[in-house]
Formats: sequence, C-alpha cells, structure tokens
Amino acid sequence: MTTVTGATNATDEPAAPPQPPAPRRTGGRARTALGFAAGAALLFGVAPLVLSDFRLALLAKYLCVAMVAVGIGIAWGRGGMLTLGQGVFFGLGGYAMAMHLKLADAGPGALPDFMQLYGQLDELPWWWRPFASPWFALPATVLLPMAVAFGLGSLVFRRRVRGAYFAILSQALAAAMVILLVGQQGTTGGTNGLTDIQGFFGYDLDDPVNQRTVYLLIAAALLALLAGARQLIRSRYGELLVAVRDGEERVRFLGYDPATVKVVAYVVAAGMAGLAGALFVPAVGIISPALIGIVPSIEFVIGVAVGGRATLLGPVLGAVAVAWARTALSERFPGTWTYLQGLLFVLVVAFLPGGLASLWALARNRRAEPDRPPRWRRVLPSGRGRTRTEVPAA
Amino acid sequence: MSLFRGRRILAGAMALIAASALAACGSKTSDNTSGTGVSADVSGDTVKVGLLNSLSGTMAISEVTVRDSIMLAVEEINAAGGVLGKKIVPVGEDGASDWPTFAEKAEKLISEDRVAAVFGCWTSASRKAVKPVFEKNKALLFYPVQYEGLEQSPYIFYTGATTNQQIVPGLDYLKAQGKKSVYLVGSDYVFPRTANKIIKAYAKANGMTVLGEDYAPLGSTEFGTIVNKVKSAKADAVFNTLNGDSNVAFFKEYTSAGLNAASMPVVSVSIAEEEVKGIGTQYLKDQLTAWNYYQTTPGGVNAKFVAAYKAKYGADKPTSDPMEAAYVAVYLWKAMVTKAGSFEVEKVRAAADGITYEAPEGLVTVDGPTQHIAKTARIGKVGADGLITEVWNSGQPIKPDPYLKSYPWATGLS
Repeated sequence: MTTVTGATNATDEPAAPPQPPAPRRTGGRARTALGFAAGAALLFGVAPLVLSDFRLALLAKYLCVAMVAVGIGIAWGRGGMLTLGQGVFFGLGGYAMAMHLKLADAGPGALPDFMQLYGQLDELPWWWRPFASPWFALPATVLLPMAVAFGLGSLVFRRRVRGAYFAILSQALAAAMVILLVGQQGTTGGTNGLTDIQGFFGYDLDDPVNQRTVYLLIAAALLALLAGARQLIRSRYGELLVAVRDGEERVRFLGYDPATVKVVAYVVAAGMAGLAGALFVPAVGIISPALIGIVPSIEFVIGVAVGGRATLLGPVLGAVAVAWARTALSERFPGTWTYLQGLLFVLVVAFLPGGLASLWALARNRRAEPDRPPRWRRVLPSGRGRTRTEVPAA
Repeated sequence: MSLFRGRRILAGAMALIAASALAACGSKTSDNTSGTGVSADVSGDTVKVGLLNSLSGTMAISEVTVRDSIMLAVEEINAAGGVLGKKIVPVGEDGASDWPTFAEKAEKLISEDRVAAVFGCWTSASRKAVKPVFEKNKALLFYPVQYEGLEQSPYIFYTGATTNQQIVPGLDYLKAQGKKSVYLVGSDYVFPRTANKIIKAYAKANGMTVLGEDYAPLGSTEFGTIVNKVKSAKADAVFNTLNGDSNVAFFKEYTSAGLNAASMPVVSVSIAEEEVKGIGTQYLKDQLTAWNYYQTTPGGVNAKFVAAYKAKYGADKPTSDPMEAAYVAVYLWKAMVTKAGSFEVEKVRAAADGITYEAPEGLVTVDGPTQHIAKTARIGKVGADGLITEVWNSGQPIKPDPYLKSYPWATGLS
C-alpha cells in the first residue's frame, strides 16, 4: 500500500515539496486553485487576445484532443488500462452532435444534403430521427459513449482481460466502427463523414464571433473536466484505481471488485472523449472516419505519453504540445515534418519517460537535492519509471 | 486559511469562465451575413498561390506528382513574366492524407498566407472537407482530379473529368465493343460507390447486366474472394474503381486466376501511367483505362509538356491525367486573371466562362455555369512499355454535365 499513497501524493500538482501529510493537502489545494486561475486567465484572457481567429480555432481543436487526453490519463495513467480505441468514443460523441447539427441545418422534415446525394432516401432512417431533438442529441453525445464503454468494459474486465489483449480489443473496436461508417455511405456520409456544418443551435458558425464563443465553451469544458478529474483522482476511488493498477490481485483479496473499479474509469474516460468529440464538431466543422480510426486513437495516446500519463496536467500539456508541434512542423517543413515529429516522440520517450510534466519537477529536484532520484521515477509507480500492468512494447 | 483562499480563487475563476462564455454571441444562422471573405494579398510585385497536396500518408505517392506538375506550371509562368506582371510565389502545405488536415491547411492558406488561389486535393473526401472553408472565405480552389460529379461549388473550379467525360464514355466504349455484362469492383469510399450507382443506372437503360458489385476497404490487399467471384460470374468485362495500392494486389490475383485482357477485359478509371509503373506491366498488358489525357497523346503542346517535365524531374518520370489537369489548372487561372484584369475572386469567376486553352490533352474550354471544363474523353490500352496508347476518343471535347441532366437514364440520381 505504500506504493499507492506514494504515487497519489506525488502526482497531485507537480509542485508540493515533501512535507508532513496534513499541511501538504491544504497547500496543494491552494496551489491547484491558483493553477486553475492561471489556466483560466491563459485560456480566456491571453489566448483570445494574442491569437488570430485562425490560430484560436486551431487551439480550440487542440483543447478537444486534450479533453480526450484527460480521460486517457485516468484510464491508462491511473488505471493501467491502455485504451488504444478512444477514437470510438470521440467518434460517437462527434457523430451524435454532427447528426443533430446536420438535421438542424437541413430544417424540419428535410434530409441532410449528403443523404439526397448518396442515399437516395425518401425519408430519414429511424436511427437518425431522435437526433433531431437537441434534448436527445446533447445528452447522447456523452451518454452514448459511456453506455458503449459500460457494456464493453463490463464484459471485458469481468472476464479479466487486460494488458495487450485489452489494447488489441480497443483497436479492433475502432477499426470495426470505421468499417461500419464507411460502408453505410448513404446514411453516414461514408469516408467523407459529416461535413459542411453551418449552424450551432441557431448561431452561424462562419461568424468569427461565434467561433470565438465555441472556443470559450471548449476551454470552459476542459477546465471543468480537469477539476472533475482532480476530484476523482484524490478521492478514495482514485486511490483504489491506482491500487488496482499496481496490484489487481491484492485489491481483490482485500474484498474489492477490481472489475467495477476499472469499468468506472473506462466509462469516465469514454464520457470525456464523447464530450470532446461533440465540441470538436462545431469547432472544426467536420467529423469523419479518418478522425476516429486506429491511427487517431493511437495519436491520442501518444499525446498522453508525451505529456506524462500519471499526472493530472501532463496529458493536457502533452496533447496540446503534440498537436501544436504537428501544425507548426508541417507548416514549416511540409516535406519532412513527419520525420521530425517521429524524432520528437523518440526523444521524449528515451530521455523523459515521465513525460513533459516531469520536466519541471526534474529541474527543481536536481537543484534542491542533487542526490535524490529524479522526480518522474517517483511519479510513476514502483520507482522504475514503468507501470507493471503496462504492455512492455508500448 | 489557505483552504479558504483556495476556494475563493477557484470560485473567481469559475465566475470568469461563465461570464466570458456568455459574453460573446455573434450572428444567427438566419441573419445571412456570413462570409465577408478574405482578399488576397497582392500589394507587392508578387502574388501567392496555395499548393495543397498530401506529401505524407497513403495518398502521397499520387499527390506528390500533382504537386510537381503545379510547380512546373508556376515556374513556366514566372519565367514568362508572371501573372498581371506579378511573379507567383507558391506556398506549399501538406494535407497528410487526412481530410480534416486539408480543411485546416486550406484555412491557413486563405487567412494567414492570403493566397489568390489554391491548387490541389485529390480524394473526394478531402474536397468535401475543404469545400465549406472555400465557400465561407469566398476563396478559389482548383481541383485537378476526375471525380464522381454531383457537385458544383461556386468557389471550386473542376479541371479533372466529371462522370460524363470519363465513366459514361468508358461504358459507351464497352457497349460498342458488344459487352453485355459487367462486374463492378471498387474501393470502399465515395467515388467508387457513386460511380457504380451511375454505372448501374446506365446498364439498366442500355440493356447491360451488372453481375456483381464488390468493395474492398481502401488500402486492402486481399482480393482472393473478389477475384473468385468475378471469375465465376463470367462477365464480359470488369469496371474497376479501385484506388491506390489495392490495384497491385487485385491485378496480381486477377492474372494468377488465369484471367486477362482477352478473356475478361478490365476498364480502370484510377490507373494512370504512374500507377502502371507500380503495378507492373505484365499484370496490366492490354487492359483498358478511361481518362482524358495520356503521356502518348499526340500534339506539340503535349510533347513540350512531357519534355519539360522529364527535364525537371527525371527521364523515368511519366506524366498522367491528374498531373496534366493540375498543370492546366494553373494556366487556366492565369488566363482568367488576365481576362479579369484582377486577382479578385468574384471578378476571376465572372471572367471564367468561355476561356479556352490549348492544353496537352487538346483544346479545353471553361464552362462558366458549372465551373468544370470541356474535355475530350480517351480510352487507352496499356502497352508492354508501361505507357498507355489511345484506342478511342470522343472526337471532340465533351461539355461537362456534373449532374448528368442531359442523360434521361440518370434522372433520380441526383
């Protein structure tokens, strides 16, 4: 159990110096509040002032990826489940939102443009109909992914599937979803996905002012998710989740059901991905199978790994950094950027296994106590810089 | 104490979030005020154009050749004095074979680089992804690839073939050859599915039977089942809308199943000279293709184009239909701008109708209302040397009809 408490305390904010437990908690809380205030000031104040409309829209897109990353941070970083199929939940949320917006654009009783083109349908398919109502579509963006995750998670974790098998299963699910969407071109838009979304609950998405509002909405959602994730991580449940990650059998012997613990984390991560997908649609104006298949699912995880999976802020920083680097590198070096991006991943994994979040702590530690092991070794469980439940090759 | 302070800061932050999220509200969809448009930056003695192709990912192999071809046209135009006295500065972006990335890069080219026009996109999905971006910003895209039709955006010029300039002539050719039944094989995405819908409507009206229709996922290399089905269906011909790598696997399987151009010819609409090289001529010998241009197309203009391309990129590099259409697109844009006397998008669009250009493929004419171009259809046969030689052409340029309105059998398709 020492590992458990050690891991949790060390991962709060990458700040608090070692102190007796009680004062540290409250100190951490003030620090977190300050951190949130700083984050809010940055996202709501600085970013809209400094960035052009185009760059702000890009940031909105990055923040959506960051929301998925917060969920992966919980499921993988804290729970040890390598979720290589988050694209599915991102896609469910995105499609639910896009279906509603397409129907709203088409107007009551009319078919969305692509259905007239490819489907030659006379009327809306039955499974599209409920999405005409925002009261169904909006909750569905989050609840649908959660329901799917619950069903899958219950089956998989009760049967004690884990490690590589779970990762492969996640991937298979992502692949299956893409094949399904592409095959049903008449009703799903096929490879094109759902594009050309004009309005967002009556507001014209082409208007820069409205785009800005969508950005603010996304930033607010991200901060809210972070606050929620922090609560979850610090709760009794959060401790239990880490315990399951580090010693599932031991937790079972203590009388807990590890499957339930894992399902909850998986469902929460799915809900976060669903919300991210739903907000991605008005920000970018497109959802397509290319965004939810195996490759984007892996890219979500790469962002988390680069940022530092076991920390609260690491996944967010990593996701934004990776997405930003992708844009910046591909604009500067259109011909060779993929190599540079690959190199970046290799460097981070090789020299900074704790992720970007460990960078600051590392520097701080070195300065304070040169003999102590670097902080990332303490951030990750077992002091080996590697989780035991992790797939070795990942 | 510190606990209390912490809460206050948190509450303050949350209030700030709520306030700023509510503060900004722009125009409603009903206002109809959207899209003021970004005007191109032509203040200096240069004009920027955007090049939007996939330089990485599965589509890179095809799209890089288009990029090369656009660069050739830009260099030629610059060497001849530019457009309206301004030198063209190409700004390249990588679409990365990823449709949302295409949309992101299109937005960047328009609003950050303020280009006068963008040349590029290959797959229909990438075009569908960027279409709203160009319409919102009232900017111009020149799309150089044959496609499935049923589209007509006011801000896109389509310099590749639409269905009545490629697929319909291909079917006419098969019919004239006495083929009574076809089998449809395609990649699973929008172009093949839409093309096959058109083929089925054509077949129904022209007394042909469609014996089967199969789709393989993009990039799939498993064709054992499909080829077996094709073989046992004993169709007179196969209409192939497979894209990219899948063609390699399909034709190898096809040949090893004992099928060939004599026993069951295949008409392909996505195999050009570049792809023939990749698949191997031994698998493709005498198979048919439907395009508007081949490297072997006769004429001085083409000889000059092929020579210039080989001089710049290497003697072993073939030229193909999409490359030629991209090259033509740059020259057509130049002609439109020159006629309009301005880089302004609306003036360029207004000047477009009736512009002609002596292209490597022959004379092309811009059709103002559809913003497509009239092109000559050409059926070709793959030779042992890897080049494609024409066996039939439509004799004159075919007027574009993206919605197939002039074909009675096509009513109800769009």
